[in-house]
Amino acid sequence: MSGLIKSSIARKVVMALSGLFLVSFLVIHVTINLASVISPDFFNEASHFMGYNVLVQYIMQPILIAGVIVHFVMGFVLEIQNRNARGVGYVQYKGSANAPWVSRNMIYSGLVILAFLGLHFYDFWIHEMTYKYIEVSPENPTRYYAETVEKFAPLWRTIIYVISFVLLSLHLWHGFSSSLQSMGVNNKYTPALKTFTKLFAVVVPLAFAFIALYHHLNPITH
Amino acid sequence: MKLTLKIWRQKDASSKGQMVDYTLDGVEGDMSFLEMLDILNEELISKGEEPVEFDHDCREGICGTCSLQINGEPHGPDRLITTCQLHMRKFNDGDTIVIEPFRAKAFPVIKDLIVDRNAFERIQQAGGYISVNTSGNTVDANAIPIDKHAADAAMDAATCIGCGACVAACKNASAMLFTSAKVSQFALLPQGQVEAADRVQNMVRQMDLEGFGNCTNTGACEIECPKGISLENIARMNREYLSASVKG
Repeated sequence: MSGLIKSSIARKVVMALSGLFLVSFLVIHVTINLASVISPDFFNEASHFMGYNVLVQYIMQPILIAGVIVHFVMGFVLEIQNRNARGVGYVQYKGSANAPWVSRNMIYSGLVILAFLGLHFYDFWIHEMTYKYIEVSPENPTRYYAETVEKFAPLWRTIIYVISFVLLSLHLWHGFSSSLQSMGVNNKYTPALKTFTKLFAVVVPLAFAFIALYHHLNPITH
Repeated sequence: MKLTLKIWRQKDASSKGQMVDYTLDGVEGDMSFLEMLDILNEELISKGEEPVEFDHDCREGICGTCSLQINGEPHGPDRLITTCQLHMRKFNDGDTIVIEPFRAKAFPVIKDLIVDRNAFERIQQAGGYISVNTSGNTVDANAIPIDKHAADAAMDAATCIGCGACVAACKNASAMLFTSAKVSQFALLPQGQVEAADRVQNMVRQMDLEGFGNCTNTGACEIECPKGISLENIARMNREYLSASVKG
C-alpha cells in the first residue's frame, strides 16, 4: 500500500475520484438551480433544506470542500511534476497534431474555475455564513429566491459566471471521460460512455449559464 | 528538392546544445528521412565538419532504434511509421525542417540527436518478462489454450518497439503507454498470471523512479505511436496496478 500512495497511478486515481465526486455534486447543484427558474417556492424549500440540514451542513459540506481542495492541490502537484519531466523543452512542439487543446490545457481551465469559485464562495457561501453565524439572523425559508435573482442583477457578474461555465464545459469535456480512463474503464462501453460525458460537459454548464442569464433578464420588480 | 534543416547539435551530455542551420540540395522524394541525413553527413564529412549523430539500425521500422522529433512530432508528420520509414516526398522544395532529439528528463541527450533510452530497459528489467524453467522440461506455450481475442490483444501490445515516441509526444513526458504495453502483453496471457501482481507494481515503481511524467490521458502517445499501441493498455495497467496494490 505504501507504494500505491507514492505512485503516479495513485495520483491519477486521486484526481479521477475527486473529479467524479465533484461531477456528482454538479448534478445536485444544477438540479436545485433549475428549480429557481421553474418553481421559486421549491427552490426556497430546497435551499433552506441544504442550508440547515445537519447532515448536509456538517458532513457533506466539509467533504465537498475537501474534495475541491484535493482536486486543485493534486492538479497543481501533477502540473509541476509534469513540467519538470520534460527537462529541456522543444524548439518546435506540435501539440495540436495529436491531442485536443482542452486536454493539453486543463490547468488553465482549472485555474479559471478556481478563480470563479472564489467569487462564487464570496457571493453565496460567505454571505450565507455571515447571515447564519455572524449576524445570527433568524431562519427565513423564503429569502433564497430573491437573494439569488438579486445576485445576477449586475451585468458584469452575469458575464463572469457565463464565461466560467464555458471554461467548466471545456474542463469537463476532457476531465470526465479522462477520469474513467484513469480508473481503468476502457472497454466496449467506452464509446457510449464518452458520448455521455461529452453531452454532460455541454448540457450541465449550458444549464448553469441559462439560469444566470434568465435571472439577469428577469429581475424581481418591487 | 532544396531544404533548410535546423538541427540540434550538442557535443556531449554535459555540453550546452543549440540549433544549427544547414542547406541541403538534391534531395529526392524517394529517399528516406535517414538517407537524407546520410547525404547531409557525407557533405559535412567532405567539408571536414563533424557529422550529425543520430540513432538508426534496421531501417525497416521494427527495431525501435531511430527516433527524432521532426517539425514538432516524433517520427515526423506521418502516422504509424518510424523515422526510417518516413520518405522525403512528404516534404516540399524550399521547406524548413526542424530536427530535434526526443525530449525528456529521463532521456538525456548523449550527443546531437542521440538520447539515452536505457530508462526503458530498466523498466523492462523490473518485470517485463515471465520466469520459465528452461532446463529441458519447458511446456510448449501452444499447449495452453488461449482465447483468440486475448491472444490478439497481447500480440498487439507486444508490437511495441520501445522507440520512446510516446514519451516524446506526451506533453508530460509520460512513459505510461510503453510500460502499459509491456505489462499488457503478459497480463492478457495465462503464462503471465503467476507474476502479474509483482510485475505491474515493480514496473510502475521503476517508471516513476526514472522521472517520467504523469499521464493526463491526452492521447498524444496513441496517435504518435508507430505501432498504434492503444490507450486500452493504460487502462488495463491502471486496473492491474490498483488490484495488485489493494490485495497487497
